[in-house]
Amino acid sequence: MFGVQKILTGKRAKVFVFLLSVVPLLFLVWRGFRGELTANPVEFLQHQTGDWTLRFLIFTLSITPLRKILSLPELIRFRRMLGLFAFSYACLHFLTYLGPDQSFNVAGMLKDVAKRPFITVGFAAFVLLIPLAITSTAGWVRRLGGKRWQALHRVIYACAILGVVHFYWLVKSDVREPLFYGMLVGILLAWRLATWFGKRRALAVAPTTGVRSS
Amino acid sequence: MLIKNTPELAHADITPKNVYFNRRNFLRGLGIAGAGAVIGERFSSVLSPATSAFAGTKLTTVKSGYNVDEKITPENDVTHYNNFYEFGSDKGDPARNAQNFRTAPWSVSVEGEVKTPRKFSMEEILRLAPLEERIYRHRCVERWSIVVPWIGYSLSTVLKLVEPTPKAKYVAFETFYDPKQMPQAKYTGLDYPYVEGLRLDEAMHPLALLSVGMYGETLPNQDGAPVRMVIPWKYGYKSIKSLVKIRLQSSEPPTTWNRQAPNEYGFYSNVNPNVDHPRWSQATERRLGEIFMHKTLMFNGYADQVASLYSGMDLKKFH
Repeated sequence: MFGVQKILTGKRAKVFVFLLSVVPLLFLVWRGFRGELTANPVEFLQHQTGDWTLRFLIFTLSITPLRKILSLPELIRFRRMLGLFAFSYACLHFLTYLGPDQSFNVAGMLKDVAKRPFITVGFAAFVLLIPLAITSTAGWVRRLGGKRWQALHRVIYACAILGVVHFYWLVKSDVREPLFYGMLVGILLAWRLATWFGKRRALAVAPTTGVRSS
Repeated sequence: MLIKNTPELAHADITPKNVYFNRRNFLRGLGIAGAGAVIGERFSSVLSPATSAFAGTKLTTVKSGYNVDEKITPENDVTHYNNFYEFGSDKGDPARNAQNFRTAPWSVSVEGEVKTPRKFSMEEILRLAPLEERIYRHRCVERWSIVVPWIGYSLSTVLKLVEPTPKAKYVAFETFYDPKQMPQAKYTGLDYPYVEGLRLDEAMHPLALLSVGMYGETLPNQDGAPVRMVIPWKYGYKSIKSLVKIRLQSSEPPTTWNRQAPNEYGFYSNVNPNVDHPRWSQATERRLGEIFMHKTLMFNGYADQVASLYSGMDLKKFH
């Protein structure tokens, strides 16, 4: 375990995770230059950037459970970066919609957002990510205070759920993929609920057993 | 009269392009066999070269008066971006998974409310009438569109031959289904075999095309080989692929997508920019190969020819 911790706390680990996270984007650029974005490049980019947004949201949500389960608190070093990558892919995903689909017409876009439930939930997830991205710095953690900052950043749970619903409502009949993402998000949120209930029970029984909980 | 119009060049006379490929495959197969490294799949394709005898065969066509004057979509796009759920729900799946689809021998049975029910062999279908090339717009319910030079003739040719009885009001279509050849189908959330339908007067409309080819050749497997319908004023899913049965009947037949989501896909499914899909607008569409959207036309631009079929109908209700 000591070896793993050393790698995780090393300087290169962050660089490595960063480079790994830009690979999907570089892959799309590379395919673009080779003219390999399928017969419908816009749709392909919309789907790819959407997929990667969901995946990075899931990576971000995996950090806390993995820290506890693997006893590797060092993993926290990567959470902000993964969250910001989720936001970056979400921005690209949003641009592929605002540009090619809506011709950069913001008024038309907002009308579409209001009218189409599947767009509404996707857009809501995107908008909710913005304050999280802004307040992701150490300065904002200080300014808000740890408790409030943490409460605010629980909004990511809603983003992940909305993202899955957005995907589920998009597909016509083959729901395997959105269900798979839904299952992952479900597991990650269920783990949180379970630990939360576990803590509450521990607190409730604390006075009689004399166990102090922090 | 129809028989008289039979083109000079019958299908059997055409040199199949695939003969060359099959020969080459055969030689290659022998080479591999000699080296003692035959993979089952390759070997079976060597043993039964007839499996793809139809695909990629040049067809001789006559001119038709049904062409739109628009840029034809590149063939590679039309053959690698398909909705053919029997072979998987991803657009690239059919091109990958339909390559070993057996389309010969093939026949289409025409039955139900007709005086002379008949089973047409593929050879007969290719000779029933002169094959016309028709350049049609094709608009998918998912908001993408293509312009395709189809080959075929009006379905009415076949329907007249079997003589519908006065009871015949609708035409039901059925796609071939074999879970063994289409193992991906069961994951796609649809009931198979895929079925579609038209009102008889729609089916008799000269634009309703029975298609056996595109881009000068027989249909590729992923585009609905060996014979399919093309109904250019309706959303793409009405243009049923790999057709095996046509049934004339007095009642409205069930249709696959309508069964799957009745509020989203109606029986008529006419292209209509004013009636949105519940989840997205149908006012615009994207031509494959283009970035920005452009306006969708009423009846996909065929209003002059087909609007009269629906006069007095509430197209919102009968979407």
